[in-house]
Amino acid sequence: MYAQMVETGVKSVKTSTEMSSEEQAFQTRIDADIKIEPKNWMPEAYRKTLIRQISQHAHSEIVGMLPEGNWVTRAPTLKRKLQLMAKIQDEAGHGLYLYSAMETLGADRDDEVQKMHEGKAKYSSIFNYPTLNWADMGTIGWLVDGAAIVNQVPLQRTSYGPYSRAMIRVCKEESFHQRQGYEILLHLMREGNDAQKEMVQDSINRFWWPVLMMFGPSDANSPNSAQSMAWKIKRHSNDELRQRFIDQTIPQLQILGCTAPDPDLKFNEETGHWEYGEIDWAEFFEVLKGNGPCNKERVAKRKKAIDEGAWVREAAVAYANKKQQRNAA
Amino acid sequence: MKRFDDTTELLLQLGDSAMIQAQRLCELVGGAPALEEEVALMNVGLDLVGQARNWLEYAAERIDDGRTADDLVFLRDQGEYRNLLLVEQPNGDFAMTMAKQFLFDAWHKPLLEKLCNSSDERIAGIAAKSIKESSYHIRRSSEWIKRLGDGTHESHERMQRALDQIWHFTFELANPYELFNTLDTDNIAPGIKALCKEWQAIVATILAEATLTQPETAENNYLSGREGVHTENLGFVLAEMQFLQRAYPNASW
Ligand SMILES: [Fe+2]
Ligand SMILES: [Fe+2]
Ligand SMILES: [Fe+2]
Repeated sequence: MYAQMVETGVKSVKTSTEMSSEEQAFQTRIDADIKIEPKNWMPEAYRKTLIRQISQHAHSEIVGMLPEGNWVTRAPTLKRKLQLMAKIQDEAGHGLYLYSAMETLGADRDDEVQKMHEGKAKYSSIFNYPTLNWADMGTIGWLVDGAAIVNQVPLQRTSYGPYSRAMIRVCKEESFHQRQGYEILLHLMREGNDAQKEMVQDSINRFWWPVLMMFGPSDANSPNSAQSMAWKIKRHSNDELRQRFIDQTIPQLQILGCTAPDPDLKFNEETGHWEYGEIDWAEFFEVLKGNGPCNKERVAKRKKAIDEGAWVREAAVAYANKKQQRNAA
Repeated sequence: MKRFDDTTELLLQLGDSAMIQAQRLCELVGGAPALEEEVALMNVGLDLVGQARNWLEYAAERIDDGRTADDLVFLRDQGEYRNLLLVEQPNGDFAMTMAKQFLFDAWHKPLLEKLCNSSDERIAGIAAKSIKESSYHIRRSSEWIKRLGDGTHESHERMQRALDQIWHFTFELANPYELFNTLDTDNIAPGIKALCKEWQAIVATILAEATLTQPETAENNYLSGREGVHTENLGFVLAEMQFLQRAYPNASW
């Protein structure tokens, strides 16, 4: 998932005695792992939180096309070009089904997109980093899609039916992207020349920490988690997922023959987990606020596309109306 | 420009036009007027790169000088490219993008239909595989020509302006082309002599439905994409597309 800090608007999770009878029935349903469907009653805060979470995720899929679009015109071979184009097409598709899932909650796609363009809605901080060499196309697939999968696999069991079903479909394609991205890097490390190998290491150096930030603030600083967990729209804590990601990624990093830019990274024999250094949370919060390397450019590009496309969408509507009138006549 | 046999020339023309058209579509990532169009642009682009790869693999085999389809795409300079001038022109606004796509599709689809009957089985096979894709392409692009031409006042103006501006590059599609005579007689591309007439008919029908005014038949402008004499735009398209192969010679990606 690409939703890093979703406000629930709830200060503390209600106990069952504090709940109304509707709320109790709702929570019982969730506790029994029965999916909530669009027509079911739901607390207003649940609905709003989900709209925020799903729209953040959808915006991320769409903004996420931009760093890859930066290289699609420069892909080095026909095979790589086809792979990258197909990936970009998939991400646009993910955006579409996530916006549809969000609309089942009564939200409007255009309104939510507008909020993102006005800086009122977020998307994943990771897409505010630039893609500077070809290896970034491998790193994004491997690490960014990889981190997204770790977040999204548990969301296949999330309590809201349409979101859960969208996640099942999205996850399949994200795994494919991850393997493809890793293969790009593996090829560069095994068949590439020195300059190409340097590209890979440089790319990993730039993306490593921002990717770890994709899981959101550490649990101690994650005030909205408890409610989201009770509603089962979040199923594991940020730190838990981050650890899972690191544990699965380090062996892959070793197979590449590359290193992570973290001098504190070491394996703990007792816990069986990799320990990692302190994340620069100041950077994370700045990027999230809009002060990252590409925030302004990313939003400006999306806003321009939608603003400049207004006349096209108006024409499509006008034409459809004329056609309908002609058919009726 | 070094000339190859007629069949190989045809393959290069097909491959290069599909490739450059797709490359222009790649430039549009993240800039489409609606999310559905992002998906459609990549969909069409993917079809075209796939087709280009098939044509150019066959061309490379026939040229037989050790080059692969990738070498043909990423290491030829503009004077060796055989694409239509139309497809190398910049995207412009969405009206221009769709005008270019439609004028190309109206040429491409009937061409593929003819190639399905080629006496060269390899060509017939690739054409048969491509025809479904290109049928979708022209359905989509003619639909957009109609929507924009017969949509709002603004969209009509923009569409007409785009058409008037790009039209002179259609002389390569609207007029007889010498190579097609022999390809027709040799049954490599049976019926291809009639292509320009068919193109004119398709374009006239759709433009009329779209309430657009068709400009006069375009005249030769002394360039010829198919003979390797291009506009100034192609060099920049290639500079971008070929960057990595040029900057890191002989590297494996
Ligand atoms: Fe995702
Ligand atoms: Fe995605
Ligand atoms: Fe993906």
